[in-house]
Amino acid sequence: MNKTGMTLIVKTVTRITVWMILLYGFYIILHGHLTPGGGFGGGVILALALLNVLLAYGRDYTGKWLNIPLLEHVESASALLFLVVGFLGIVVAGSFLANFLSKGQLFAILSAGTIPLLNIIIGFKVAMSLFLVVWVLAGIKMSKGDAV
Amino acid sequence: MPVETWLIFTLGFMIFGSIVALELKDILSSIIAIGVVGLGVSMSFLFLQAPDLAIVQFLFEIFALIILVRAFIGKENHQLEASPTNRILTVIGILAVLVLFIVSIPVFKLLPPFGEPLMNVSQHYLDAGATETGAANLVASVILDYRAYDTLGEVTVLFAAILGVFAILRSTAKHKAAGGSHE
Amino acid sequence: MTVYLLCFALFLVGLYGVLAKRDLIKIILSIGIMGYAANLFLILFGYKRGATFPILTGANPGPMVDPLPQALVLTSIVIELGTTALLVALVVRLFQKYGTFDIAKIRRLRG
Repeated sequence: MNKTGMTLIVKTVTRITVWMILLYGFYIILHGHLTPGGGFGGGVILALALLNVLLAYGRDYTGKWLNIPLLEHVESASALLFLVVGFLGIVVAGSFLANFLSKGQLFAILSAGTIPLLNIIIGFKVAMSLFLVVWVLAGIKMSKGDAV
Repeated sequence: MPVETWLIFTLGFMIFGSIVALELKDILSSIIAIGVVGLGVSMSFLFLQAPDLAIVQFLFEIFALIILVRAFIGKENHQLEASPTNRILTVIGILAVLVLFIVSIPVFKLLPPFGEPLMNVSQHYLDAGATETGAANLVASVILDYRAYDTLGEVTVLFAAILGVFAILRSTAKHKAAGGSHE
Repeated sequence: MTVYLLCFALFLVGLYGVLAKRDLIKIILSIGIMGYAANLFLILFGYKRGATFPILTGANPGPMVDPLPQALVLTSIVIELGTTALLVALVVRLFQKYGTFDIAKIRRLRG
């Protein structure tokens, strides 16, 4: 048991609830084309779930639990994937970011062509970048003089 | 009750909250007051029939509160001594803002009245959005289909902001990379 | 009209903070207030009286509010979060270098 972070009660509750919050975030992202929410809201929820672990367990433990370089790569790759989907639109349908997949049935979970795909990409992008910002901010010590 | 009454109430509440936030001495209290203002914005979005925005604004508020508290709380050396230039600045600021407010009143008379928007472009999105994109959430269809290029720009701006944070804070983060987490 | 003016007043409170405050944290909060007012103004502009939110729930929808400003503001809120984080990072670096949040003192110590 590591000593850093908050008390045992907070850690136990966090261990149980973080999965539920992550599940809720994925739910919001996947239903973005049917209900309020979408990639932006769901991404912020995912980032808040990871942030919950960071606040409860401290930075060192979170750095062991999560693979931070992998998260950085996911963050950069999702920006690239957005562009790839856009160029696939040129190749398949003739214009940039064209909706080239089948539209499907209205109100079905697999519908609306590329919209759910782009929602997932944006969700990961927003989640990873916001979490990494807090991760970097948490790593600095604020005191006079230890500058540059 | 008409929606204006609720909006005037929340807007007055938010103006009061932001003045309190700017004038308080204690920095934790002013950050919390800003949180209250943001939740007022979230409530106004609900009154204005924008549930997407209410969710995102609510989460934004929590996130900004955590960032600000995490970064700025616990600095004992946070106090500014009063000086005469400070008072002059305050007076000049209030005067400039008041003049700007009075000068701008005629502009607001030219806008379409509240509750009757000009929906030249959006009427097409409302009528044909569901059949053209297949999404039930028309906001999602505007973001990711009709105006996906805007969203690409947004992703780029977010990427640039995150790169900026990394570039600014990297040298200190490198010293503390005991977890081996930074390149 | 009253609603527009009150929203503009909220923006001006933020502007006053940027102009008259010397504390860097207060300036970050003021920029946040200006962002709230701008987002809220766009949404006020797209509100249609008696209309519902622009999400289809059944076969025959009634009148709906304008979805275009909502889409623009949705991206704008997330960008605002990114820029707030950037501002916080800049202020943290300034504090590490000068040991103060007072912009007058930071100007004096330049060099």
